[in-house]
Order: sequence, then C-alpha cells, then structure tokens
Amino acid sequence: MSDDATTEIVPGWETVIGLEVHAELATATKLFSDAPNRFGGEPNTNVDPVSLGLPGSLPVLNEQAVELAIRVGLSLHCRVQRSVFARKNYFYPDMPKDFQISQYDLPINEEGWMELADGRRVGIERAHLEEDTGKSTHVGGGGRIHEAGHSLVDYNRAGVPLIEIVGAPDLRCAEDARAYVSELRSILVAIGASDGKMEEGSMRVDCNVSVRPVGDAELGTRCEIKNINSLRSLGRAIVYESRRQVDLITAGERVEQQTRHWNEDEGRTHKLRSKEEAYDYRYFPEPDLVPVDPSEEWIESVRAALPVLPRERRHRLAEAAGVDTATASLTVERGMDDLAVDAIGAGADPTRVLVHVENNLADGAGALTAASFAALVAMEVGGDLTATQAKTVLATLVAGGGDPAAVAADLGFEAMDDAALESVVDDLIAAHPEDWAAFTSGDDKERKKKSGFFVGKVMKATSGQADGRAVNEILARRAGA
Amino acid sequence: MTDRISKEDVAHVADLARLNLTEEELEAFTGQLADVLDHAADLAALDLVDVEPMTNPLPMRNVLRPDVVGETSDRAEVLACAPSVEDEQFRVPPVLGESP
Repeated sequence: MSDDATTEIVPGWETVIGLEVHAELATATKLFSDAPNRFGGEPNTNVDPVSLGLPGSLPVLNEQAVELAIRVGLSLHCRVQRSVFARKNYFYPDMPKDFQISQYDLPINEEGWMELADGRRVGIERAHLEEDTGKSTHVGGGGRIHEAGHSLVDYNRAGVPLIEIVGAPDLRCAEDARAYVSELRSILVAIGASDGKMEEGSMRVDCNVSVRPVGDAELGTRCEIKNINSLRSLGRAIVYESRRQVDLITAGERVEQQTRHWNEDEGRTHKLRSKEEAYDYRYFPEPDLVPVDPSEEWIESVRAALPVLPRERRHRLAEAAGVDTATASLTVERGMDDLAVDAIGAGADPTRVLVHVENNLADGAGALTAASFAALVAMEVGGDLTATQAKTVLATLVAGGGDPAAVAADLGFEAMDDAALESVVDDLIAAHPEDWAAFTSGDDKERKKKSGFFVGKVMKATSGQADGRAVNEILARRAGA
Repeated sequence: MTDRISKEDVAHVADLARLNLTEEELEAFTGQLADVLDHAADLAALDLVDVEPMTNPLPMRNVLRPDVVGETSDRAEVLACAPSVEDEQFRVPPVLGESP
C-alpha cells in the first residue's frame, strides 16, 4: 500500500503490519461435535466427549462451518480449495486433547484480497478452519497470570468453530490496521459468518509489527502482539510497539523475534516468549478426518447466495452521490445506503443526504422513507426550511413518518417570504445604527462579527424561522456590496 | 545411518512430547528413529513425480454432519472424573505463560 510519509509513526521509519484475525463462526453446534456453540451459559454445560477430548471420541465435521468458511473465502476473493485438517500439538490445560485441530499446509481458502473503505486493497494470505480452546480463569495471586495460585477451566468454548484470517503485511499505520479490522468485521457480519464482537472475544486480533527505515526494501524482525481486545487497543499497541522497536535499533540494539502481550492498563507490550522459546507444534495430518473438497456446485451455490458486500455498497453509493468511497463508507456502515441511494434517485441533493445521515441519523432512520427524505432535502435546498428546521422535521419523520411539508407546517415552520424577511432586517438595521456602521466600515473582521450579530437578532425576532444565508444576502445588499 | 538424527534431536522431541527418557532410552530411540527415517529415505529415492500426494488412506472426502444440536454430557458426571473441581470448573495447577 502507500508509502505516504504521513503514515510514519516515528519520522523516517516505516511500520509494517500484518494481522491475524480469529472469528468464531455463527453455527449452532461445534466444529467437530453436536454440542451447542453458545456464548455465556453455565460453565461446562455445552460439552460432550469430543469437546472434552475423552479417549475414544472422534471428530465429525460440521457442514455449516464449512459453508460459512466458504462464504468468508469468497467474500475475501480467495481460492476455495481442497483442504486437509492437521493436528497442532502443544500442552495447555484449555485444550484437553493436547492438540488443536487446525489446517496447516492445505487451508480451505488461500490468496485473496480485501478492499478498505478508501479503495486500497490488502492481501489475504489464507483463511482456514480450526477449533477454539476452552477458557481458563486464573485464580489467586492477584489474578495475574504469572502469579496465579491455580487456574479454573471451562470447556464450553472448546471446539467452537473458528476461521483464522491471515492478512498480508500490507498495512503501514494504526489507522490502516483499524480500517482493516472494521472492514473485515463488516464483511463477516454481512455474510452471517460471525457476530464480530471483539468485546465478547468472538473476534480476536493478533498483530505482527516490524519497522524499517523508510526506503528499505528488506523487512525488519517482527514481533507478534497478543491480547488485543478492541480497535482502540490495536492502534495503541501498534504505536507503542513501533516506537519500542525503533528505540532499540537507534540505541544500537537488535529487535528480537518475540511473541508479546499487550497490557491495556499499562499501555505497553511485554515479552511472552522469544523465538528460541517459540512453540514447536509438530503439525501432522489429522488421521481422524478425511479431506474437505467442496464441489464447484457447492461453491457456486454459496457464491450465488452471498449478500451485497460493503465494498459494492460503498461503490454504488459513491457513484450515486458523486463522492469517493471513503466519504460513502459511514452511510454504508450505518446500513442507510439503500435509503440514501433511493433518496438521491428521487432527486435529493446528495451532499445534504449524506450530511443528514452522518449528523442527524446516528440512531437509525426509523420511519423515514426515501421519498419523504428526498422531499425534505428539496424543501431545505429550495430555502423553504433552514438547516436547523430541516433537522427538527427529520427527527419527527424518523419518529413517526409522515409528509415533510405537513410536518413543517405543524411545527410552524412556514417559509418566510423575502419581503417579510427584508422588513425584519431593515427594522433591526434601523434599531442598531452603531452596529450597522461597524458592519459597513469596510473592516472585514468587524463585518464578520456584526454579520453574526444581525443574523442572531433576526433569528431571535423570527423564532429561528429565517434562513441565515438569506439574511446575509439581504445585509450585503443593504450595505451596497 | 545414525547421522540422520542426533541424540539432541531425540531429547528435544521427547521434551516436546513431555517424555522423560533415561540416557539408555535416548540411545535406543535415537537408533530406532534413525531406522524410521531410513525407511522414509527409501521412499524418497523413488521417482514419484506422477503420484498424487496422499494425506489419508481412505478414498473418502467431505464426511460432514448437519449443524443440529445434540445431547450434551452431564456436568456432574463429567466433573466427577476430574481430580480437582472448583466453581463447576476443572481446577488445574497454576498455568505458566499463556495459551499459544
């Protein structure tokens, strides 16, 4: 992506970021057994012999998990292919089998891309299926992991299907990383693959960060940051880690390849393990599962059923409104792009439509229809309503629907005709000769100040019904400018 | 062909598998693992350009089940198998570090 100097966290240094996102798939059951996939609930109630890793239990793959994985792959423009499950071996009490079933050299989805809101593309290396682990809670020793007295394990989450999406190291700053996660979450939610809730842990982000002098082609040594629980933490962790690595290098030291833990309270990362201590997972093909090789028909039927994705929706609105995709993105995020496109199609001024969506419809469009939205914007642009009045009418339409002209009339927002407004302005000029003298003195600063004074007086005199722009035009005419 | 794998390699693999091997066992397994690797080397010597890599001996694929919730285990029964229980959870010794 861009080498824009404004993305530098430390001047003269480029940060290179690649994200690994784990998302829990929205299935009814676990990846390899029919125990419920459900968040919350009493500890150790959504378990069965497979999730507990009991001897003799055997995994059987969930068809819906594969279907959702295919949706993810297609949405990220990946090649959906024959894949094989593998055992990732390590010992940890939240994984009772002592191995996690994942995918290794043959993931179900490979080599795709995702477009960010501003139109830039980021590479997607792979998106593979794996099972989640149980949840351990550390008790005693103040609750901190390294001082824990003992741990308690709940296996409700063990075996929940995950999709791990590995992004290319194409991101360069905290904003890029946040934009990437936001877009990915929007896609996952839109296709019904995951609820994307970072705060509930159903979407988790690991972040690989390295730095290099601007202009260098060779990548620096990277560190992987874990325990990032919000978009805010993601940004903070990237800035902290970039500075830490640049400080090391400029002090003549070297960055060691490490896995690091983000501490939100302290605002810093600390070392979990070095490269030498890195886990050696000894992957091998899972003998209890056969390959998954979705047919062309299956893949195409999944593709045909995909909803319109955020990217296409941004492009559609951007084209309708004559703006860029970044400007269109908030309206799409709010799910009001259909409303906006229809209102614009009905003749509404695109700029006013987008302004209203962004500033006045944050809590939803309620009973507002595209036709009444368009009619309201037309009244506003035509000078029948001031911006303030339009906002009030809009709120009424959202709450209860109706015809904007009737609503405006009910609210007493009759358009003032030009003659009535002129007479109000003339009366005020006559009543405030010193202010008027200052207005016409030729001093720009005085003129601006007094323009505010007169507009304020007019608004007061008309109970806010006057259009500020029209008042200024009359003032200018009267001053002979 | 014992140079296929060193005693240190075997000690490392044993450590990863949480096996506590004696010096004699290390010696014995180093020889045995070297034999296994020799066998793999025999296969590697064959011309297999036209042979599809095989990840599973069964001629099956796409063994799938519908996403329908079934029976869960009885918690009391499950926890009764655990050496230590607290708050309806499995109690385990203090865990050093974090899950990978």
